[in-house]
Amino acid sequence: MTEIADIVPVLVDLLKPFNTENKPLTEATDIPAELNIDSVGVLDFIMEVEDHFDIEIPMNAVANIRTVGELAAYVKSKV
Amino acid sequence: MVDLLDKHKGIMERFQRMTSLGINGLGVTNDQMLSPTRAMVDGREIILAGTNNYMGITFDPRCIAAGKKALDEFGTGTTGSRIANGSFALHKELEAELASFLGLEHCIIFTTGYQANLGMLSGLAGPKDTIYLDADSHSSIYDGCTLSGAKLVRFRHNDAADLDKRLSRSEGEEGGRLVVLEGIYSMLGDRAPLKDFVELKKKHEFQLCVDDAHSFGVLGPNGRGLGDEAGLSEHVDFVIGTFSKSVGAIGGFGASNHPLFETLRYAMRPYMFTASASPASIATSIEAIKVLKAEPERRAKIWANSERLYNGLKGLGFEMGCDVVSPVVAVKIPDELTTITKWNALFQGGVYVNMAVPPGTPNRLCLLRCSVSAAHTTQEIDHIIAVFKQAFNV
Repeated sequence: MTEIADIVPVLVDLLKPFNTENKPLTEATDIPAELNIDSVGVLDFIMEVEDHFDIEIPMNAVANIRTVGELAAYVKSKV
Repeated sequence: MVDLLDKHKGIMERFQRMTSLGINGLGVTNDQMLSPTRAMVDGREIILAGTNNYMGITFDPRCIAAGKKALDEFGTGTTGSRIANGSFALHKELEAELASFLGLEHCIIFTTGYQANLGMLSGLAGPKDTIYLDADSHSSIYDGCTLSGAKLVRFRHNDAADLDKRLSRSEGEEGGRLVVLEGIYSMLGDRAPLKDFVELKKKHEFQLCVDDAHSFGVLGPNGRGLGDEAGLSEHVDFVIGTFSKSVGAIGGFGASNHPLFETLRYAMRPYMFTASASPASIATSIEAIKVLKAEPERRAKIWANSERLYNGLKGLGFEMGCDVVSPVVAVKIPDELTTITKWNALFQGGVYVNMAVPPGTPNRLCLLRCSVSAAHTTQEIDHIIAVFKQAFNV
C-alpha cells in the first residue's frame, strides 16, 4: 500500500516545474500561497498528479487542498 | 477589522505596473465610434483590431433601423425577467430566427453570452453529474461549471485521447456526463478537433456541448459554427453562442434538438433571475442573423482578411498562437513587460489589439491578440501588419 511518505517526494518532483522561484518544497508547503502559482497553474499541476497516479482529482476537490501533505492524503485515498 | 479589499492589493500593484508604461491597455475609452473598424481614442483615429466584430455588422443600416423601430415600439427596457414579467414578441421572434439559422428545433436566449454559459451549463448538469471541460475553456465555462455543482474534470486542451483516459477513469459512475468544447478558442484562435471528440461517443456515454461564441457566423458553409464546418452537427447535443461578436449586439443563446430542452427555462437561474434582453438589442440581433444568412460573402471576406493578417504576421517571424488561419490572430510575446511595451507601441502606431496575460491565458503565455473583421479593408489589414513590423523592428 502506498503511504503518504512515499507520495510526498513524488508530488515534490511533479511540483518542481511550477516552482519558478525555487522555494523549498516540503509536506507543509502551501501550494498556491507559498509558490506564487495562479489558479490555472494549480490546475495544470493537479493534471500532472492525476496522470502520474492514474487517478481522478476533480476540480471541486482541489479547492479544499492547500498543502503538499493534504494533496498526498487525497492521493492516498484514491490509489 | 480585516479590510475586504486588502486581498486585491497585489492586483492593484500589477495594474499600476502595467499602466505606468503608457496608457491603460485594459481600459481604453472609445470617445467616438467611426465605423466597425475605426474609433476616436484620445483625439486620435485608431484601427480596431481587437473587438471581436467578426462580421463587421455593428453599423449595418438595416440593424440600426430595426433597433430604432424596437425602441419606438417596445421602449428602452424589459424591466424584468421573462419568467416574472413575460416575454416580448421580439424575444420569441429571435429564438425562432436563430433556431432556423442553426437548423435546430429549440433555442433559448440569454441577456449576455456569459449568462448563456452560466445558464446552460448549470441547467444541464447537477451535483450528481460530471462535466469534462477543456483546460483552455473560457472563464464563463469554468464559472458555469462551478455553478452547476457537478463534479468537474479538466482535460488537456484539444486532446481527445486525454479525454478518453479521463472518461475511462470514471466509467460506470452514476449521473450524466457532459463534455464541453469551444468552436474557436478565444486566446490562441485554434479550434476543437470535433471529429476526434465525436469519435469518443462510440466508446463512452456522454452528451456533447459546443460553445460557438467565437465561431458562430464564422465557421461552416452556413456559418452555424464548429459542427457545421466539420459536418458533424447532428452529434453536437447542445450549442451555446453569443450575440456580442458576429451578431454585433449583446446577449447569448443555447440551442438543441433535445425534446426536453424547453424545460431548461425553469431550471436555469441565470435565465430566470435576471432582466431579459432589451428590445433594441434583440431587434438588431434578429436583423443581423437575417443579414448573416443573406450575405455569405461576409464569411468569405473574414477568411480572406484572416489569412492575410495571419500570413502577414507569420511572415514577419512572429510565433503564432496556433498553426491554422483563424479570425483570432494571436502572436506570442516573451514576457509581460514586452507585451505592455509593444501594445503601447502598436497603439501609438494607430492600432488597437488585445493585451492578454496570465492567468487569463493558457500555459502562462503573454499574447498580443487581434480579431479580424469582415469590415476590415485590405488596406487596414496591411496597415496593421506594417504597424506590427514598425513596433517590433522586424
